[in-house]
Amino acid sequence: MNLAISALEYISDVKNGNITAEEFIAKTLDQISRHEGKLHAFISINEKALDQAKAVDKKIKSKEKIGAFYGMPISIKDNISIKDGKTTCASKMLSDYVSPYDATVVSKLKSQDAILIGKANLDEFAMGVATEFSAFGPSKNPWNTDYVPGGSSGGSAASVSALECVASLGSDTGGSVRNPASFCSVVGLKPTYGLVSRYGLISYANSIEQIGPIARKVEDVAFLLNHIAGKDPNDSTTIDNHAQDYLAEIDSGIQGKKIGIIKEMSKGAGLDKNVESTFWRAVDSFEKLGAKIEEMSLDMVEYTVATYYVLTTAEAGSNLSRYDNIRYGYPMDLEGYEFKSYISKARRNFGPEVTRRMIIGGFVPSAGFAGKYLLKALKVKSKLKKQVLEAFKKFDFLISPTVPILPFKFGEKIDDPLAMYMADINTVTANLTGIPAISVPFEIHNGLPIGIQIHANSLQEKQLLQAAYALQGTTSLPGVSL
Amino acid sequence: MIGLEIHCQLTNLQSKLFCSCKANYREFEPNTNLCPVCIGLPGSLPRLNQKAVEKASMIAMALNCKTPQRLGFFRKNYFYPDLPKNFQITQLNMYGPTSIGEQGKVSIEGKEIRIRRIQLEEDPGRLIYEGASERTQITLVDYNRAGTPLVEIVTEPDFDNPRQVRIFLNILSDLLENLGVSDPSLEGAMRADANVSIEGGLRVEVKNIGSFHDLEKSIHFELTRQQSLAERGIAIAQETRHWDDKRKITISSRSKEEDEDYRYILEGDIPWVILDSESIEKWKKNMPESISSKKERYITKYDIPVQVADVLSSDKYYSDLFEQAHTESNAKEIANMITTDLMGLVDTREKREQSKLTPKHLADLIEITNTGKITRSSAKNALQEIVKTGKSVSEIISQTGLAKISDEGELAKIILDVMTQEPTAVQQAKENPQTINYLVGKVMQKTKGTADPTLTLKILKEKIST
Repeated sequence: MNLAISALEYISDVKNGNITAEEFIAKTLDQISRHEGKLHAFISINEKALDQAKAVDKKIKSKEKIGAFYGMPISIKDNISIKDGKTTCASKMLSDYVSPYDATVVSKLKSQDAILIGKANLDEFAMGVATEFSAFGPSKNPWNTDYVPGGSSGGSAASVSALECVASLGSDTGGSVRNPASFCSVVGLKPTYGLVSRYGLISYANSIEQIGPIARKVEDVAFLLNHIAGKDPNDSTTIDNHAQDYLAEIDSGIQGKKIGIIKEMSKGAGLDKNVESTFWRAVDSFEKLGAKIEEMSLDMVEYTVATYYVLTTAEAGSNLSRYDNIRYGYPMDLEGYEFKSYISKARRNFGPEVTRRMIIGGFVPSAGFAGKYLLKALKVKSKLKKQVLEAFKKFDFLISPTVPILPFKFGEKIDDPLAMYMADINTVTANLTGIPAISVPFEIHNGLPIGIQIHANSLQEKQLLQAAYALQGTTSLPGVSL
Repeated sequence: MIGLEIHCQLTNLQSKLFCSCKANYREFEPNTNLCPVCIGLPGSLPRLNQKAVEKASMIAMALNCKTPQRLGFFRKNYFYPDLPKNFQITQLNMYGPTSIGEQGKVSIEGKEIRIRRIQLEEDPGRLIYEGASERTQITLVDYNRAGTPLVEIVTEPDFDNPRQVRIFLNILSDLLENLGVSDPSLEGAMRADANVSIEGGLRVEVKNIGSFHDLEKSIHFELTRQQSLAERGIAIAQETRHWDDKRKITISSRSKEEDEDYRYILEGDIPWVILDSESIEKWKKNMPESISSKKERYITKYDIPVQVADVLSSDKYYSDLFEQAHTESNAKEIANMITTDLMGLVDTREKREQSKLTPKHLADLIEITNTGKITRSSAKNALQEIVKTGKSVSEIISQTGLAKISDEGELAKIILDVMTQEPTAVQQAKENPQTINYLVGKVMQKTKGTADPTLTLKILKEKIST
């Protein structure tokens, strides 16, 4: 039996009786046990997965109503709440935290008979681009374990790439789905802000982040989106998408579509030469698909990384302040502490990157500095949004390399936060403006994957997935060999 | 100069501000009125209670505030054990007017008190201090209250003295009750901090004031303290002082709360709420009649005396009773009965809760008095019985012998008895007819108020003059 099948292939194989859910889950668990030692894509594994698969097979056999996923193994980033086990956010702060409720996306997947195979590793509280900041140790890139898998949804992307599941849900605050998707040669979508419920997603920067699907094929991402998108009464920022079918007409092509190349993301000193040449070959592919391509400029992009870090740290400073070890947390002797010294002691269980961002986050909105940092960042954000809206009057899609650099080795950037933050330059625009963006695997350079990023206007996921599907059709990439 | 910050809970709402836990947290065992949202569990998100927006907006309109075009919510960040998220979701006017109301005004005794801002926010939980009850050997936190809807009313420093503060708070308390949004008599439902300053001095904030009575006292104390400092040429520092409930003085807070930086940021999990004129108009229409309009109506339509109309209109319990019991013809009598006979029977929250009286009782009682079946003073006695038992008026009259004694023979016998017992009074009445009322009173006493007063007087006069 082949684990390297798409989600849609899995469904038809189970439907046709070629495989059973139990067989597939058993083989997936075997794959996990054989490779987790070197990959560490997971923080925890669902121990009931096999029983759940048996239950699915029983339903199929007795012709009971069966959900759309037919027992498909999906990994879930460990900042998305599942009540059956721990939700740690890869933090010591929540190392024993068990959520009493399921995230909305989790309930949706469960009700459709997906099997949530395990909780995927991430940078602590989703802050990072390499999973190096997981309190439980980094995930490795399945393409070369000396290299980072990207982040923060590195465990999600690695698990999909290494056939430890069929698909995954990650979260994307500044590129955290697209960056590891690019580094691990899988597809990752950051949906329009509000398209997917965040209820149960542990907030890092709540005004810009979204849960997004990661899979090996564009059509699988569309399938997942069909089942997680839509209005949720528990998340007031969600939008009614009128049950749009993102999978239907996915092969419509992009003949005659107008594509803009974002200059600020596709040129310049920070861009790796190999990534650059790969990108231009992707431009050729788009042209051959019948799209009209033009260079364009979003000059606010220059300020987006600074803006992103001001806004996200301010929100993180607020969102993470609830981790005071009073209502839940870890064992700690309270004796002899006055409240404020207790708080600072309790918060020492945050890792270095979270601590750094919370310190900045306490500063940028503070009296006397808010005008210089937070309010200025909000201004850039609204100017950028205006530029992007203007651009979509002319273009159907805007493209760039997903990440300006190739996957890097462990430890290479961990001591240089500014260099590390610049890896986000191409991905943060989608978050700051709320628009959807997808990373599609395009080439492997010296054994290291390179992805192409496509943006579309808000709620234009259907067209975006059509473009991604068309681009995917021009490639023929190898699977990873473990 | 005195300014107030008043917190009013919207106690009459069903659910908390951002989740469906009960707004009435008072009847729960500690930490049982909770959900992931109100204790801020990771991943939970607030869902704004639309009813709370409506009720808070009504308060703003009743206080003559301007209504913003859109409502925004902000996070006030600070650490305290009773605050589950370590930030409070509240409102302020950071990006233009976005709080539920601003620039209102209230008139008290001809003086205008300006309202700076009204904001809708969540109440924190509660610390139950060490030794506060047998169950608290150490200080514990009860989160049942966390997330209950609160309206904060901030006034300009327009009060001249504590008396004006008291009048204002009474008006506000009546207004909230009349709107049906809150029951100010519930413990903790209305709380206030005061900002006190004298000419030439800086503002001192007085916190931790347990009751309105203490608020008045604390302002008094603070004014006196500041004046005595000024007289001695000592500068008054800007600071926060706490009211010491036992010693009845204000004490400087060692923690510099005025320096606290709340690092306000927009609450992105609650989208802007657009207040279109349509909903505003609808809410306005749904607002109960104001106290002043009720008073005006009682005076002009029913010719009810000003003082009676005042009492009746400002107390929602009384005015509700009145509205349901009265007709065009009996209005004045109903009003009188409420403000004279009933008042003492239902003057506390507990008595009102226990009272079995319905508006129909009042209407029946007035009707039966008017037909002459019972006397006015019997009606008063019947009222006592009704409040206690809820029995119908006719039942009470037949069971307790309150029916009026109008039989001349029967009454004459009783009067003769009284005259035999009171020879001196009879003698006096013969000399001075005005003192005859003493004997009428004795007859009433003997008949427990059931004697027909007119008939009694007539018979007495006849007997004395013979």
